[in-house]
Amino acid sequence: MGVSALDFTIDGVRAAVASGETSAVAMAELHYARIAADDGANGKGINSFLSLSRERAMAQAERVDAAAAKGGLLGPLAGVPVGIKDVLTMKGSPATAGSLILKGYRPPYDATAVQKLEAAGAVLLGKLNCDEFAMGSSNENSAYGPVKNPKALDRVPGGSSGGSAAAVAAGFAVATLGTDTGGSIRQPAAFCGVVGVLPTYGRVSRYGLIAFASSLDRVGPFTRTIKDAATMLEVLAGQDGLDETSSDRPVDGYVAALDKPVEGLRVGVPAEYFGEGLDPEIRAAIERTLDGLKLAGCVVKPVSLPHTKYAIPTYYVIATAEASSNLSRFDGVRFGLRAEEANTLSAMYRKTRDAGFGAEVKRRILLGTYALSAGYYDAYYRKAQQVRALLTRDFLAAFHDVDVIVGPMTPTPAFKLGEKTEDPVEMYLADIYSVAASLAGICGVSVPCGETEDGLPIGVQIMAPHFGEATMLRVGAAVERL
Amino acid sequence: MSGVTLEDVRRVAELANLELTAEEEPRMQRDLNAILGHIAELNELDTTGVPAMAQVGEMLGGLAHDHGEGMRQDEVRASLDRSAVMAAAPETDGRFFKVPKVIER
Repeated sequence: MGVSALDFTIDGVRAAVASGETSAVAMAELHYARIAADDGANGKGINSFLSLSRERAMAQAERVDAAAAKGGLLGPLAGVPVGIKDVLTMKGSPATAGSLILKGYRPPYDATAVQKLEAAGAVLLGKLNCDEFAMGSSNENSAYGPVKNPKALDRVPGGSSGGSAAAVAAGFAVATLGTDTGGSIRQPAAFCGVVGVLPTYGRVSRYGLIAFASSLDRVGPFTRTIKDAATMLEVLAGQDGLDETSSDRPVDGYVAALDKPVEGLRVGVPAEYFGEGLDPEIRAAIERTLDGLKLAGCVVKPVSLPHTKYAIPTYYVIATAEASSNLSRFDGVRFGLRAEEANTLSAMYRKTRDAGFGAEVKRRILLGTYALSAGYYDAYYRKAQQVRALLTRDFLAAFHDVDVIVGPMTPTPAFKLGEKTEDPVEMYLADIYSVAASLAGICGVSVPCGETEDGLPIGVQIMAPHFGEATMLRVGAAVERL
Repeated sequence: MSGVTLEDVRRVAELANLELTAEEEPRMQRDLNAILGHIAELNELDTTGVPAMAQVGEMLGGLAHDHGEGMRQDEVRASLDRSAVMAAAPETDGRFFKVPKVIER
């Protein structure tokens, strides 16, 4: 095996566990040791893990080792240490969603994605920090403290799946699960220099996901390589009887597709993603990547996504409207926090929610409630739904002419902790290149494509049509080879 | 659309079952106005005749209807164990969730 846990890939770990070169137990212990050394305040203080599921992890590792010793068939993730964003349930483990309102809650069931990973042999190390209810772009909205970017400790890891991105970048896990509603997998992947996949809406089950905005929420992997992302997605994808929005379309062989050549693939470049506000070093890195794809035989051509500038306002109406409805379930009755001093039901609701929710969650609930309230519904919510249709048509039209669309993932590299916390609109603009794909339901991936002069990671975004993950990842692999 | 007033903030907070402190109210008013100012850009677009899109599947037309749109069979299946669910409740008698009195007199 490599000398550093940072080198570990799914393939490498699985092969070494299968051959007996190492064991799943040793792999888990090695990653727990790294977490103990560097994640806490006495180390680098990255703060990516909120809780560890050591007992469950070691039991699973022993099962994998026993199967390996017998020479039995091992799953595609056999012995691979994986972390789970704390908005997905693991039976008996805390599920905080980064919020005080769920402090102490231990759900009695596994999310489907969690179950699938474990069935494939993954060793689940624990739960990862995130913005409260996945609302944020910097992980600074977690009630359990911000996460630091392992590549630059004074900077944010991105959000909302900041802990998931940081854990892979720091070598605390070989792969992790995150969720993406408006960019929450892809943006932190870009900030931390790892691969992050937004699967097509309906491709991966959301059963066991604490919902934020149900028409947008998706579950997807963080990994160090495209091949690892393909392996994870192949395990995660597929219909689930417990999620009526999951698709029954057959799952493609994502790993096998990586070997196909990219010659002749048509790569669209949207001018709207290269406008004002794009960091010059990021622009240069994306242009270099496009030149590389051209050399690899891709046909690079311009496409137009004319409604791009309306994606952020559209997103913030729709996502907050849905959140205001979804988050009404946190009322102090069935799980989590209950304010004790209230002596009527309605007072109990209000006091519980006041004590349990942080400022950004309250802000979004208020905005969403406002947008849905009498007299404003047509002006805000209906209008945003119409613009969502226009944004989606943009993509459907562009994909008539190209196989994938490539552009920057973020307008800037990772910003400093505290830099944008006072201005919600400025924080929202960090997602300017990610939210359109979220609204349209298409798939996307962020792939590392260089660094700034200061050593901050840069991510390139590859978007593909609905259920076009195989082609998208194939282009991602070509970017990786540049 | 005129700006959000403090009165609006209080009304919406009540609708959302949120109790804001005296310090939170003006901050939320400021933030909502800033965000709604940005959202007002949507009015630049003429969306007459554009259908409202609530779900991704609607835009995929036949694609969505050929795949995964059928309802599952209505059949009895195991559900979560009641005691495991009740164990997570702030207050329960083991069978039901207990709440403070509902009717105020």
